[in-house]
Order: sequence, then structure tokens, then C-alpha cells
Amino acid sequence: MAHTIQLKRMTTSEMGLAIFAALFSLFALVVAAKAETSGYAFHAAIFTLASAASVFAIANRYFNRPAALPPQEVDGRPNYNFGPVKFATIASVIWGIAGFAVGVVIALQLAWPGLNLDLPWTSFGRLRPLHTSAVIFAFGGNVLIATSFYVVQRTSRVRLAGDLAPWFVVLGYNLFIVIAGTGYMLGITQGKEYAEPEWYADLFLTIVWVVYFLVFLATIIKRKEPHIYVANWFYMAFIVTIAVLHLGNNATIPVSVFSPKSYIVWAGVQDAMVQWWYGHNAVGFFLTAGFLAIMYYFIPKRANRPVYSYRLSIIHFWALIFLYIWAGPHHLHYTALPDWAQTLGMTFSVMLWMPSWGGMINGLMTLSGAWDKLRTDPVLRMMVVSVAFYGMSTFEGPLMSVKAVNSLSHYTDWTIGHVHSGALGWVGYVSFGAIYCLVPWLWNRREMYSLRLINWHFWISTLGIVLYITAMWVSGILQGLMWRAYTTLGFLEYSFIETVEAMHPFYVIRALGGLLFLGGALIMAWNVWRTIAGAGEPASKMGAIPALVPAE
Amino acid sequence: MSLWNRHKIFETNSIVLILGILVMIAIGGLVEIVPLYYLKSTIEKVDGVRPYTPLELAGRNIYVREGCYNCHSQMVRPLRDEVERYGHYSLAAESMYDRPFQWGSKRTGPDLARLGGKYSDEWHRAHLAEPRSIVPGSIMPGYAWLATTPLKADGIEQDMKVQKLLGVPYSDEMVAKAKADLRIQATTDDPEADALLKRYPKASARDFDGNPAEVSEADALIAYLQMLGTQVDFRLYDNKANLR
Repeated sequence: MAHTIQLKRMTTSEMGLAIFAALFSLFALVVAAKAETSGYAFHAAIFTLASAASVFAIANRYFNRPAALPPQEVDGRPNYNFGPVKFATIASVIWGIAGFAVGVVIALQLAWPGLNLDLPWTSFGRLRPLHTSAVIFAFGGNVLIATSFYVVQRTSRVRLAGDLAPWFVVLGYNLFIVIAGTGYMLGITQGKEYAEPEWYADLFLTIVWVVYFLVFLATIIKRKEPHIYVANWFYMAFIVTIAVLHLGNNATIPVSVFSPKSYIVWAGVQDAMVQWWYGHNAVGFFLTAGFLAIMYYFIPKRANRPVYSYRLSIIHFWALIFLYIWAGPHHLHYTALPDWAQTLGMTFSVMLWMPSWGGMINGLMTLSGAWDKLRTDPVLRMMVVSVAFYGMSTFEGPLMSVKAVNSLSHYTDWTIGHVHSGALGWVGYVSFGAIYCLVPWLWNRREMYSLRLINWHFWISTLGIVLYITAMWVSGILQGLMWRAYTTLGFLEYSFIETVEAMHPFYVIRALGGLLFLGGALIMAWNVWRTIAGAGEPASKMGAIPALVPAE
Repeated sequence: MSLWNRHKIFETNSIVLILGILVMIAIGGLVEIVPLYYLKSTIEKVDGVRPYTPLELAGRNIYVREGCYNCHSQMVRPLRDEVERYGHYSLAAESMYDRPFQWGSKRTGPDLARLGGKYSDEWHRAHLAEPRSIVPGSIMPGYAWLATTPLKADGIEQDMKVQKLLGVPYSDEMVAKAKADLRIQATTDDPEADALLKRYPKASARDFDGNPAEVSEADALIAYLQMLGTQVDFRLYDNKANLR
């Protein structure tokens, strides 16, 4: 009986990260003390506390863990690392509700401006970025991180690469969200849509994102499957392209280390082009490629059918990523951007319709032979409806990118309606579907606590989406037409404020739609919580051991 | 079917996959962005366009801070109704010193590219403090605190230094006099106003917020709003000069 005693040692990464975090904590403390604005001091203090907390967490984990790190495999099966996935899943539910709620608030502000309260931190101009970032980056980003870390492990049949790195990604990303969101309310912004966080938040996100990329790549490299699964191509394109876009659009020079303010290296028309190269591909790669990856894993899995066409997925992938990147200038029709660039943007946007619908067909046809499940499985129904919304908004998008249509639709609520049919219908529903799949898988539950509640979620939020987008179609087209209406004498018929007043009923309907969507998400949160708590599970699965009755 | 088999390399080698992705996404971006740095139509110089004064720059930073771009565009399109409603269509040169650009994407409120000089300072003061006191149907938030918040612009010359580094033609004199210029521009009939006007032609110097006791954030923001779209004299502008 030879006992080998394994000496317990701190790993290099534990040691290195702890030392780095400790030093960074001191640095951030100095910055906090010398900060030029109170908002920036607040952020530096958050960084100080967060890095001090991570030193504590690393030490705490070290004292509590066994000498050996978790094995790669247990009994010949991959020992999947689901801790970070669970965290990101719960975070996505919480951020989702926060983001939808802020959306309802700003929708109400547009209907009743008194709700701005005339305070700096509650005015529409500061809350609107809070809403967009919370739903796109906080809700959507956590869904993407959770699902990508889950899918890459499952489809590669290996444990996630890295020991502390996956946790750094998940926690670091959520810290970035906190910094960004509180910053908007404090008036710290770059003033670029969907890229509002200032230079220091951008730098921190860059580090987090590089680690995310490395964890994902290293997991793929050590995979036990010969092929990289199609969902992982989409995740990879999303991670790589977002990194490129983030760096390009946030190339700024800070005024000082002690100031949150920075100036972008691009100016005017070039800055506009870079911004919408970024902005449209935040849609294309964050909100589309990443969520298509979810479609390619979760729909086949839930329907228990293979992906409809392997070849279509190859064409879909390459055509989509090639064409998307050109589409940015359709946000700048009839502006001071040169005509040729606008025309290119329009042409590629129209062409983009094809791969988008190719992907939609691939997703929908995966249900061949399993369509009956739509009647019984509300989770699958949610994901299928999301793909249908994807098809609808990727038809509407090319339509709106045509210059003649855009001259009417641009600057109006039609754009807002278009974005939300994609965001609520496509991104929202495919995310909810993925969460409803993931939660039972991650917490070893048979199924969600209540399928009836999923049904309620589905119908309430569908009603909300329909109210939302129809209200925005009407208000957008109405306002566009009013702006260009002429009297018989050749004068503009309406003053601007008359067109604003005409929007009121639609703003009320829109807020109601948003409220219903939020209500659906609250039902989901309750359902997720009950599932994790183990409600509704058969007792034996909960670890209760049937008592043995002695024979007499 | 050999072509389909060739795709195998992307499915089995992650580095090749990443390189493929990078090539695909590089093409469109490069074709659309790089030419904007040497094509005449995007880099034409137009008479009258000058860098922002320190006060205007501080005002612009408040405009950015409050997220005005979420509801107001600064880009008049060359469409009949827009030109009649707002004024001459916007030129690329007019935003050449804008970091970041503020063309916007939504008109919940009207376009502001040609706002300068349309209304009095008093109109702006009242409208910012309580928009519905001037425009009853307005849904704009009130910004009453701007008039009571002193402008914090101690570091304005540092801002200008960074802009200079990025290619904005601020002279050393402009940077050195930044703080003084800021105060001069927010004062009515300051004896040094002429020197300011030499440095920044067509700048207007007066007490924008109606409170001579201090330079407030409203001073800066109104100074910025009042200069929007006023730099180019369109009676003299030759729109054919840079056609090829």
C-alpha cells in the first residue's frame, strides 16, 4: 500500500492572478483618490473592491480545494465544467429583466415626459443606452457566454480549457456590464451608439474578451471529436469579429488616466462609417452569428433531429459573414457619406437576404418529421417562432436598406420596430428557448418546473411583440409621411411638433407591448427559480433514500 | 463532390477556420473605410469650418454626456422636405472636427444640424429648463440643472492637447489661452473678445445663460447649440468645386 501524498501547491495561474489583482487593486485605489470626477472615482473604487475580492476568492478557493485540480475526465467521461455556465445563465435572466424593465421605463417616458423626473440620471438620454446595453450586452452577452461554454464542451467532448480563466471571463464580463451601466447614469459615455462605455471599460473588456477567445479556442483545440461542430464556427466568428469591431470602433485617446473622458481617433464622416461598420455588425455578429450558433445546437437537440442540411450550413456560414460586414453604410443613406459607399451598403444588404433565409430554412426544416412536437413542447415552439421572426426581420432589413424606402423610414420609429422584431422575436425567443433547455440540463432536473408557465410566457410575450412592432410600424410610417407632406400651395404641411404629438397613442401601445414582454420574462424567472430549487421533481431524484422496512 | 470535401480543412483545423473568418470579414470593411481617407469628396476643406472654441467644445461634451444624440440627429439629408424644414443639406466638412460624430440615427426631436441662430439664447434657456413651457406638445426631458451647475472645465486645455495630437489644428496659443478663452466667450462685451474672434472666426461671445456671476453648463451647451451649422456661408460655397 504505497500512498503517494500529493503536495498541495498554488498553481502558477492562481499565484499570478492573485498578485496581479492585488497590484491592480492598489493602482485602482490611487486612481480613485486622484480621479477628476466623482463618477470616475466611483468606478475606480469598484475596480479596487473587485480586484481585492478576487484575491480573496482565489485564496479561499485554494484553501478549500483538494490538492489536485478537477480531473479532465471521470470514469472515461469528460468532467464538464458547468459552474461558469450556471453563473452566466442566472445572470442572463436577471439582466434580461433589468434591461426589459428599463425599456418599459423609457417607453413610458416617451409617452409621458414627466417621468424623466428632470434629474440627470433618470433622463431618457442616459437611460436609453442603459436599456440597449442591458439587453444586448448584459442579457444577450451572458446568454452567449453561457451557451458557448456549454456547447463547446459538449460538442468537443472535453472539459472547458483553463482553471480560473472561464471564471475570469464570466465574472469579468459582468463587472464590465456594471461599470458600463452605472457609467451611463453618471454621464460617462463615448456618445457612440452601442459602444457607449468609455476607454477604461473598453480596455477591461478587451482583456476579458481575449481570455474568452483563448478559452474557447483552447477547448476546441483539445477536442475529442474529429470535426468542429457548425455551432462552434458561428461562435468563433462572433468572438473573433466582435474583437476586431470593438478595437476599431473604440480607438480612443484618454484625456488623462485620472479622467473618464477620451476622444476617438476617427472624426466626422470617417467616424460615422467606422461606427456603423461596428454598429451593424454588432447586430450581424453579436445578435445574429452568436444566436445562430444557439439555433444550430439547441433546435436539433430539442427536436431530436439532425440539422436539415449540412451543405446549406456551410454556404450559410461563409456567405453570412462575408456579406454582413458590408452592410453598415445603409445606416447612413443620404448623409455626407459618399454615394458609392451608400450604394455598396444597400446592395450587400439586399444580398444578405439570401444567406439569412438560407439559415432560417436550415433551422426550420430541421423540424422535418418532428413538427408535431410544436403542439406539445412550448420550448421548441418558442425557438421555432424565433427563427420565423429571424426570417421576418431579415426580410424587413434589406427592404429598409433600399435607399428609396430608407428616405422614409430612417430617423423614424419604423427602425425601432424593426430592431425589436429582431431583438424581442429572434434574439429574445431563441435565448429563452436555450435557457429553458439549459436550466434542467445544468441542474440535473428532468424538465422545467412547469411547461404550463412556459406556455404562458410564450403567449403573453408574443402578444407583447405584436403590439410593439405594429405600433412602431404605424407610428414610423405615419411620422415619415407627415415630415414630407406638402399642402396644395407647396408648403410643408406639418410642423415638427405636430408629428411628435401624433405619436402619443402609439407610444402608449408600445409601452404596453413592452410591459407584456417583461411580464413573460418574470414568469420565466419564477419558473427557472422553482426548477433550480428542485420543485416538482420526483422525490427519489432529490436524494431521499427509501427507508428499508425490516422483515419480521 | 470534391469541393465539399475540401471544406473539411476548416472543420478540422481551428486556426485555418479563424484565418478564413478574418479574411472574409476584412474585405468589406477595408473597401468601405480606407478610401474615405483620400477621396476628395470626404476630405474637402470648406471655408469657414474651424475647430470648436473651448466653450463650444465643453458644451459639445455636455451634449454627448446627456445623450442628446439618442433623439436628435445632426445631418440634414438632401431631400426637398428636409432642406426646406432645416436648411442646406449637411456637408462632410462640417463635421470634420467632430469626435465623436453626432449625426444620430433617430429624430424623436428635430434635426439640430442647422440649429445655430434660429432661436434666442433666452428661448434656449427656457426650453432647456422646461421644454413644455415653450413647446407644449414636447416630450423632451427638462435639463434645469444645467443652468445651476458650474462648468467644470479646468482641464479643457488637456482636452485640446489630445485633439491636437489627433490632428485638429489647435495652435499652441489656442491651447495656452484655452481657460481664458472659455471665460471670455461666456461674458458679454469682454474687452478681450476681439482676440478670441481672431483665433476662432465667427464665434459669438456673450453671457449665454443670463447669469453673469458664473460660467454654467448651460453657458457651454447653449454656446454649442448656437454655433451648430453656422460656420459655412452657403452663398459662397461651390458645391461643384470637388466634383471629379
